[in-house]
Amino acid sequence: MEFFEFFSTSWNEILMMTWEHIQLVGLAVGVAILLGVPFGIYITQHETLSNLVLTVAGIIMTIPSIALFGIMIPILSVINQGIGFLPAFLALVLYSQLPIIRNTFIAIKNVDPNMRDAAIGMGMTTWQRLRKVEIPIALPVIMAGIRTAVVLTIGIGAIAAYIGAGGLGEYIARGISTSYTTMVQVGAVSVSVLAIVADYLLGRIQKQVSPKTAHSK
Amino acid sequence: MITFSNVSKIYESTGKKVTAVDHVNMSVEEGEICVFLGPSGCGKTTLLRMVNRLVQITEGSIEIDGKDIQALDSIELRRSIGYVIQQNGLFPNMTIEENINVVPKMLGWDAGKRKNRYKELMEMMGLNPEEFRKRFPWELSGGQQQRIGVARALAADPPVMLMDEPFGALDPIIRDHLQNEFLRIQKDVKKTILFVSHDIDEAIRLGDKIAIFNQGQLMQVGTPDQILSDPKNEFVRDFIGSDREIKRLTLLTVKDLLNKGKKGNRKSNLTAEINEFYVTLDTDLRNALAVLLASPTGEAVIVDQRNQPHGILTFTDYELLTGVHPSKLKSIVH
Repeated sequence: MEFFEFFSTSWNEILMMTWEHIQLVGLAVGVAILLGVPFGIYITQHETLSNLVLTVAGIIMTIPSIALFGIMIPILSVINQGIGFLPAFLALVLYSQLPIIRNTFIAIKNVDPNMRDAAIGMGMTTWQRLRKVEIPIALPVIMAGIRTAVVLTIGIGAIAAYIGAGGLGEYIARGISTSYTTMVQVGAVSVSVLAIVADYLLGRIQKQVSPKTAHSK
Repeated sequence: MITFSNVSKIYESTGKKVTAVDHVNMSVEEGEICVFLGPSGCGKTTLLRMVNRLVQITEGSIEIDGKDIQALDSIELRRSIGYVIQQNGLFPNMTIEENINVVPKMLGWDAGKRKNRYKELMEMMGLNPEEFRKRFPWELSGGQQQRIGVARALAADPPVMLMDEPFGALDPIIRDHLQNEFLRIQKDVKKTILFVSHDIDEAIRLGDKIAIFNQGQLMQVGTPDQILSDPKNEFVRDFIGSDREIKRLTLLTVKDLLNKGKKGNRKSNLTAEINEFYVTLDTDLRNALAVLLASPTGEAVIVDQRNQPHGILTFTDYELLTGVHPSKLKSIVH
């Protein structure tokens, strides 16, 4: 089998590309969490803003990734970063925003009103209420959003190889342009395995942070 | 003491004004349980929530011990008032101990003091502190959860407690039990309590005072006996029901009856053996009447705490207290 032969001869390179891929996705989702979670919480307190934000994030999601990379090239060329890591990173951050902001927003909004009532009635400040009650209760749904974002960006990250960002997408891009099917297959399978493993690990974390209920056992 | 002066709440939605609470004037003495009673939508919960400023006052003022609550910091005000809601008020992400210690922690009590308080409260509630310390709310039964809810509200020893139908979601047997427990605890802690209920029997049982509301207006406020014996208007009369004289009987026990009429104590006549038709000194007069009605002789044996016969109760004894002729009572029951 040519496929396994390819694996055994180039596993070193595959590992390196996987690491590149993880770095790109990890950094992008990390930044997206730092932006999206606080922002999602912020818009729960500002109802009018939330509609606008969720709509814009939704629109960004509908832009095809290849087009978004294309848009970024002229803009980032101004600072000589038209291709490579930066545009890929920015695009992935943008794509991650929707699942993260939306899940955070919905999770906080859906906290049982009785819980909120009790927290306010006991004299918690807005910040204490968020930190001690609403965020812990909302965490499983926020984690689900992060999980979606990670799987999504692992997929989109493969296309970033076209603008020279590296990662496992490189095999796919190179394989297609040289009509080398095995190379495309190895790239695609590697990306899939990475996504499945990441999803599984994040699922374990999600379970860890979920408050136990009578139904969870 | 809590004083309501001309308290109103007006909601405005799409140009329409809805008066939820309409110029309420009343006061609740220190250490008293005042039950806010009325049908749903009568404004009782809104009025309760105005006391800890979960709902803003549109007009008028509420004073606690002479201090206008509007002048106080709302966060500090709330921390100084215990708050119990109907259900689901416990935080699912915190253990029982953490739940109980929410307010003490915010007030900056040290760990030792919090631990002692937790133990004290759990013992007061009749729950084992060690058994429940690390458990989560979902592991507890509804009755236990509600007890923890009351314990949590008592944690920082606030002088005032607000309770919004705390026993409303429980089944009758558990509710009955918790009401008894609640009265026992109140005897020790002597809080000033505002208690929302839609259940007239609960109000009679728990309230030192009952305030009846309809459409935002205070219809009548008084002791359970005042309300039952002298309903001010048609609404109150309807709300407390046509069996109000029977309900009044629950306010008194066999002991009260014996104290009132010395001749009720007829030990010498006692020939009957203790059979199934007996009452204790603590039986309320409504239940005692039910026993009399069931008894073929129309008599019931009174037994004391040690299950020794103490006297005999008959229909005529009721004349002493109620002013209602027993035959009239009988016709209401049948």
